[in-house]
Amino acid sequence: MEALSNRKKVLEQKPMNFWERMYLPAIFKGMAITFRHMFKPKETVFYPEVQREFSENWRGMHSLKRDEEGRERCTACGLCALSCPAEAITMVAAERKKGEEALYREEKYAATYEINMLRCIFCGLCEEACPKEAIYLDGPIVPADYLRKDFIYGKDKLVEKPLTELTK
Amino acid sequence: MEITFVIEKFVFITVIFGLSLLVAMYSTLAERKIAAFLQDRVGPNRAGPGGMFQPLADGVKMFLKEEIIPTQSNKFLFIAGPSLAILTACIGSAVIPWGQDIQLFGKTIALQATDINVGILYIFGVVSLGVYGIMIGGWASNNKFSLMGAIRAASQNISYEIPMGLSIIALLLVTNSLSLKDIAEQQHGFQWNVFYQPLGFLIFLVCAFAETNRTPFDLPECETELVGGYHTEYSSMKLGFFLFAEYINMFVSSAVMATLYFGGYNYPGMDYMNSLLGPTFGPLLGMAVLFLKIFAFIFFFMWVRWTIPRFRYDQLMNLGWKILIPLAIANIVLTGLVTALVNGF
Repeated sequence: MEALSNRKKVLEQKPMNFWERMYLPAIFKGMAITFRHMFKPKETVFYPEVQREFSENWRGMHSLKRDEEGRERCTACGLCALSCPAEAITMVAAERKKGEEALYREEKYAATYEINMLRCIFCGLCEEACPKEAIYLDGPIVPADYLRKDFIYGKDKLVEKPLTELTK
Repeated sequence: MEITFVIEKFVFITVIFGLSLLVAMYSTLAERKIAAFLQDRVGPNRAGPGGMFQPLADGVKMFLKEEIIPTQSNKFLFIAGPSLAILTACIGSAVIPWGQDIQLFGKTIALQATDINVGILYIFGVVSLGVYGIMIGGWASNNKFSLMGAIRAASQNISYEIPMGLSIIALLLVTNSLSLKDIAEQQHGFQWNVFYQPLGFLIFLVCAFAETNRTPFDLPECETELVGGYHTEYSSMKLGFFLFAEYINMFVSSAVMATLYFGGYNYPGMDYMNSLLGPTFGPLLGMAVLFLKIFAFIFFFMWVRWTIPRFRYDQLMNLGWKILIPLAIANIVLTGLVTALVNGF
């Protein structure tokens, strides 16, 4: 078949000439290259001590946000759990009582909110689904642990620190 | 035999044995470090300062791993395989002269376990025994991949022992002796055999790579084709023995190459240094020089490993039978002619 573009190149495989059949020149060339690499600066990042720079849209651990007055934004609508392709999010909704107006922004809030970090694939669909801008994946790398149960993060680990604590 | 002589030999052999194990142990670290450096990484650096205790950690890990013996395997031979591999690797260093005779505690001690007059043949015998460990281990595993690895090891070793032997014959034409001590003594100062036998050395070097199953000739364990080759079914310290045997083999063959071709414990200006340092420290310096050469060879082994890709099996056989053997024979003829011309017929 005739090529439509002129980009195709036909490579001819010639039989090896004498020097190529000796292997040695090619071997010396390769060894010179690897020897030079011994003295090049190392690419290693010493991870726990040094962290690589993350990109702007890097997705790490989730955090549940508060509004300007320090109230939790989440209304436990469950859209994040629905959107989650890995089924990592569960929550229990509760109604706001009188006197809790400073804690929760709307009448409904999440009494418990759990993300299983072993299931989470950090796709970011939960933050896209959230109508209240309550969840963002803007945290650090989720640390390693020994037990499966310790990877289920509750509100104690996910909710942002209150403003009063942050300004302290 | 005097009792002091027995004690002297016993101590010396123990020291050499421990030393070769130590060198092999730290070769594993050196291998990982050199691999890392050649690939712009830093290598293991967490265990101890600069990763110094990594070999210990690896050893402990090997011992603590679960020991699995396949039910369908031949148990006796399955255990005999790695034992034989490490045994033959360890006894190879018996005939290597580590230095000139040394004056210690008012006695003259030979820095060689035994000076048998067929030292080279002894080394050949031991090296060719080494492949039995691999063959037995691979066969006893009752696994196709292991068997393939074992077969490859056997045929590869047989193929490469021939050019190795032929390259040695050319060397013997120059040295007129099979004793490693004599060969080392003849290379006094800077009269190293490599200057008389460059082609022979090259052939010997290539064959040494093949005999120790190092890249580019590591087809017996060829991970990409044979899972793990002859040690696919091995775990725990039995696997450790197989891997360790490879490093000891590397150490011994480096020592043999340094002795046969690179002057062993000889170095330029050694007479002056010997008269300066006396009969105790002079030979010790020679020993240090020998070890320096050995380390250089070990580095070379590793450098090659992390540079050159593995040969295809037919390429391996072509290289062995069609290139190295004719070259080795040509080398013998050439050496014979030159010796005859120089010495007169």
